[in-house]
Amino acid sequence: MSVTSAADGIKDVKTPLSDADVALLKAGDRVRISGVIYTARDAAHARLFPLLEKGEQLPVDVKGTIIYYTGPTPPREGDAIGSVGPTTASRMDKFTPALLEAGLKGTIGKGYRGQPVKDALRQYKGVYFGSIGGAGAVLSEFVKKAEVVAYEDLGTEAIRRLEVEGFPAIVLYDCHGGDLYQDGQKQYARG
Amino acid sequence: MREVHVSAITDTIKKLCMEANWNLGSEMLRAFDKALTTERSPAGKQVLQILKQNAEMARTKKIAYCQDTGFTICFVELGQDVHIAGGGLTDAINEGVRQGYKEGYLRASIVKSPFDRVNTGDNTPAVIHVDVVRGSELKLMIMAKGGGCENRSKYTMLTPAAGIEGVKDFVIECVKMAGPDACPPLILGVGVGGTFEKAALLSKKALFREIGSPNPDPTLDALEKELLDRANRLGIGPQGYGGDTTSFGIQILAYPCHITSLPVAVTIECHAHRHKEATL
Repeated sequence: MSVTSAADGIKDVKTPLSDADVALLKAGDRVRISGVIYTARDAAHARLFPLLEKGEQLPVDVKGTIIYYTGPTPPREGDAIGSVGPTTASRMDKFTPALLEAGLKGTIGKGYRGQPVKDALRQYKGVYFGSIGGAGAVLSEFVKKAEVVAYEDLGTEAIRRLEVEGFPAIVLYDCHGGDLYQDGQKQYARG
Repeated sequence: MREVHVSAITDTIKKLCMEANWNLGSEMLRAFDKALTTERSPAGKQVLQILKQNAEMARTKKIAYCQDTGFTICFVELGQDVHIAGGGLTDAINEGVRQGYKEGYLRASIVKSPFDRVNTGDNTPAVIHVDVVRGSELKLMIMAKGGGCENRSKYTMLTPAAGIEGVKDFVIECVKMAGPDACPPLILGVGVGGTFEKAALLSKKALFREIGSPNPDPTLDALEKELLDRANRLGIGPQGYGGDTTSFGIQILAYPCHITSLPVAVTIECHAHRHKEATL
């Protein structure tokens, strides 16, 4: 089991994830993610997508893993990575259902996603996590190792393999149709 | 004629780029603290606390507050009695950006062409706006403008009949449309009047005023306060997780306009509100 509830009310999530693990995560859950995750954003997705369409092998195995939508700043000497917060996820919406179909279990980003992504999260058992946009300095502390594994020419947009420990996030959309944005905003709207 | 050498301009821009990205201004730290006294949402409070911590870590470790270290926007006020010596102003500014982003461990986020999308590798070129003013000083104001929030900026051409109510509704609609994508709590720069491009330029320039400071025009000041209250009643909250702090400030600049027009431009800015200035 890769999802366990800790005494402090936060759920510990360890990659890789199975369908059963994903089912345990509910919108609004605070989580700590540990294990291997991959970064990819606009330019990397644009290269992955034709491979998926043609049924060719991807440069990384997405089965059970999590993609973090981010393009980090360069690391200072001795640091694993630079500032590393999330980018707006909806720009990757076009590509996400196909990746979920290929076995991707989670994405980390910020902002609303379209209905096709929400539907794909239900159909293929996936989860959309949010990390705090603009908190890149703090988030860098949870990345223990980073290496470029594909598309080095893309610079910050290259695919990086990250080893994370206790990376803080929140479940924005779960695989049961739960939506933190909807619930949270309804609660605080004042006419 | 007072002479300013391009090397001084390059050096200043380099420092401003690094400072802006590492040291969030005290206006923002005050805005975080103020919001913490009114925010009801526990998730919202936690976000604000983490942002404070993030600002502190970026400052002490000299790393970027946000990994999107932005498009460098540079507003220049060039005194008409200044002679720039040793090269071109534009080249000097771009060289400063190049050096600042490299030496400051900042991200290169600019692509050469909107179509082929190959990264220029050094965050150049900057977007530069020059105003020629009286005097013999050279003022350089830079902003590291994030892309996620910029993508939610909007423009509309209202009819004069739509009036101030039309302006208000458009601004609030912009806050709703920006939602969590633009990293709330947001700051809005609003340009009203002028022409299509003038309104857009005003909306950027409006962001340079200190957050929380009054608008010198009492009518605009009242309008800003009303809009801020309305924005913060939407319930979007920090990061869109729900809460009372959707915006830290709405800042308006107005300009005369044509009898047929009521242009309104809204630049959406995130809490990573990074701007610095220097006068040579």
